[in-house]
Amino acid sequence: MAGTAEKVAYLQPGGPLRERIDQLIRRLGRGQETAIPVLQEIQKEFGYIPPELLPRVAALTGLCGSELYSIATFYSQFRLHPIGENLIQVCHGTACHLAGAEEITAALRRELGIEEGDTSPDQKYTIEKVACLGCCSLAPVITINGETFGRLTPEKAVRLVRGGAGQKKKETQNKKGVEDKAGPQNNVSPQNKEGRLS
Amino acid sequence: MKRVATAKKRIVRVGLASCGIAAGARPVYNFFCSELAKMPEKSFTLIRTGCIGMCFCEPLVEVEDEEGVYLYGEVDLEKARRILEEHLGAGRPCNDWVVYSDVITGREQDYLTRQHRILLKNSGKIDPEDIGSYVKAGGYRGLQKVLASLTPEEVIATLEESGLRGRGGAGFPTFLKWRFTRQSPGAPKYVVCNADEGDPGAFMDRSILESDPHSVLEGMIIAGYAIGSNEGYIYIRAEYPLAVQRLRLAIAQMEERNYLGENILGSGFSFHIHIREGAGAFVCGEETALLASIEGKRGMPRPRPPYPAQEGRWGKPTGINNVETLANVARIFELGPEVYKNCGTEKSKGTKVFALAGKVRRSGLIEVPMGISIREIVFAIGGGIAGDKPFKAVQTGGPSGGCIPASLAETPVDYESLAEIGAIMGSGGLLVMDDETCMVDVARFFLNFTTEESCGKCTFCRNGTPLMLATLDRICRGKGRPGDLKRLEELGEAIKDGSLCGLGQTAPNPVLTTIRYFRDEYDAHINEKRCPARICKDLIVYRIETETCTGCGLCTRICPVQAISGERRRPYHLDETVCIRCGLCLSTCHFDAIITISEGQDTHTADTNANTTTASGERE
Ligand SMILES: Cc1cc2nc3c(=O)[nH]c(=O)nc-3n(C[C@H](O)[C@H](O)[C@H](O)COP(=O)(O)O)c2cc1C
Ligand code: FES
Repeated sequence: MAGTAEKVAYLQPGGPLRERIDQLIRRLGRGQETAIPVLQEIQKEFGYIPPELLPRVAALTGLCGSELYSIATFYSQFRLHPIGENLIQVCHGTACHLAGAEEITAALRRELGIEEGDTSPDQKYTIEKVACLGCCSLAPVITINGETFGRLTPEKAVRLVRGGAGQKKKETQNKKGVEDKAGPQNNVSPQNKEGRLS
Repeated sequence: MKRVATAKKRIVRVGLASCGIAAGARPVYNFFCSELAKMPEKSFTLIRTGCIGMCFCEPLVEVEDEEGVYLYGEVDLEKARRILEEHLGAGRPCNDWVVYSDVITGREQDYLTRQHRILLKNSGKIDPEDIGSYVKAGGYRGLQKVLASLTPEEVIATLEESGLRGRGGAGFPTFLKWRFTRQSPGAPKYVVCNADEGDPGAFMDRSILESDPHSVLEGMIIAGYAIGSNEGYIYIRAEYPLAVQRLRLAIAQMEERNYLGENILGSGFSFHIHIREGAGAFVCGEETALLASIEGKRGMPRPRPPYPAQEGRWGKPTGINNVETLANVARIFELGPEVYKNCGTEKSKGTKVFALAGKVRRSGLIEVPMGISIREIVFAIGGGIAGDKPFKAVQTGGPSGGCIPASLAETPVDYESLAEIGAIMGSGGLLVMDDETCMVDVARFFLNFTTEESCGKCTFCRNGTPLMLATLDRICRGKGRPGDLKRLEELGEAIKDGSLCGLGQTAPNPVLTTIRYFRDEYDAHINEKRCPARICKDLIVYRIETETCTGCGLCTRICPVQAISGERRRPYHLDETVCIRCGLCLSTCHFDAIITISEGQDTHTADTNANTTTASGERE
């Protein structure tokens, strides 16, 4: 990850983020209304909001730093810490809870040695808890870097993560790994042992 | 409804909404895409559609030919190849895989035939990324009618006639909300579409937006015309990237065709729509918090009145409606208010979309007439409980709602009847529970959610919900004390009274209704330190059934704490003092030899008799 100076450079005139933020400000005006969209843009770029950027963003948008900080900490979407290479989101919506999401989390936690919300020391994985991914029929569900995997068991979840499913491998993508590991239907394991775990 | 044979209509549809994609529909779509290109010209047209609603057997492929419609379920690449060869190529449908058809009887036929699909009529039929597809299906006809021949007052009167009530949860009559907004002094006025869908276990709005985005947008323009507004906002959950993408595309196509923008269709009426992505806060579904969030503030509710209809965005009159409400508006003007008036009950008109999930055999998105019974939804449409387990309860309304026991399954689903038994209609989440669902655990789950999502403004909500949660936690850990239930009930009532917004006012509901209908389950936890559903980890043990265990050794290898030992081909032994009840062995064992037992019971009969309930799971 880039150091503070390099990150700040993103916001200098001509920097890659500056253009996008200027655009937002042109559209929404300087002030309150731009706050959330600007923070979202920054998170899209870095995967989190580097706190050291907040004073610069404040100057650009005309908001005070404390106000930005209060927004960044209110909404659960915003993170103030960097995430690992691979983001694993475990759904803890109602359907997934009934189908055993706790066990999925516990298995991943044990496997990766980190708590929910944390990043592994080698910066490879972050586990995050989310509420309902909208695929309740496939519960329990996790996403790995945005790709959804359903009808899991704790054991399958661990195998998916260890097998590199959904992970950023430039060339081969994940197709092979996923199909081999999670059964013939891509992301969904074919047979679900009727709520055994729930 | 057999179709007249016309050589023209030969279509292959592949469902590409989030759930379909997650189930592997993309490769299937790509397969048909490349294969159909090789077939003789115009033989079959491939259409990408949204959600057909049969999420339980995704990926879905529908073939429409001269004979009629054949919907195939659980289509993988291999099935796709055979459908291509046999059905599309040789004209012989693969009947075994048909889940629904208007020619033959499909495997899951009643799932669709028992529904009443008005709102979802386009879902799974049209291409959500093509405005032409929507127009062909009757889209924007309502808007044209409105702009060409109705005054704003007449629009509101038509809505009144239809009887439409808000689908976001509270059921406020839509025509009244619009009339108030129209009559409020102040300009400009705004229309806001609430697409925050925070109920964790509900996906109606996502599905509608992914499958039929234009319906919602059309409803918004009609709302703008009726209340006298030229600007609309959609506040949508950030967790729904596909819906956002399809909305953006839809808006661009509308602007191109002048369904949106200046002087729409030459009517002199102008309207613009902006998208605002939420940032992950459940409370932002509450209308005043939502407005604060659009304005860029922390999403904290404020007292009402003034209502948004009087003082909304930037203090201006604002009409806020739910996604489904607005899509209903478009249908009412497309099909006429009678379609609504004639369907449903006296006070609840029309249909309601539910996200049916949980321990039901067929889960997915369903649309039913108001007044249908819970039993009919669970059994006739949902196909009963998965694995033929006893039906215990349904939960509606998510964290604001209540649990309805199986004994009240005849209750009609309408706003009043549900409120009467302590539940609510809610926005449409409908979770089915079987005898392996612990009601204390469910109550704790919802309370954990509301505790985390409380914005912190009101003392009772901020400090009261964690107190309730701690008590429930204690009960689940076997540390419950006599008097806990009374304390929960008292706290619950106090939180309801002492909270400003719906979040706090309804947060105790899941606890209060489970205490009301499942008190003996709480008692078992508190007095006997026993979890009848065998869910609460501190109250159960795992054991290996010697008669069933084949000694394959799989469990010893997977156990993270080495609690299982034994010799190969002999029954293994599990050390209960070491076991952490993580569930890995349970999900790994091929022979179901590992059982869970809740303490204080005869070990041999424990598994089968863990529930001292009747067959239907009633506990009253
Ligand atoms: C905590 C809380 C969360 C809510 N979440 C939603 C939501 O996700 N979607 C929604 O449409 N309404 C939600 N509502 C209801 C809205 O405040 C509002 O009543 C609704 O958007 C009005 O639209 P309608 O009249 O079309 O139903 C929520 C209310 C509360 C108190
Ligand atoms: S509850 Fe997990 S996807 Fe809905």
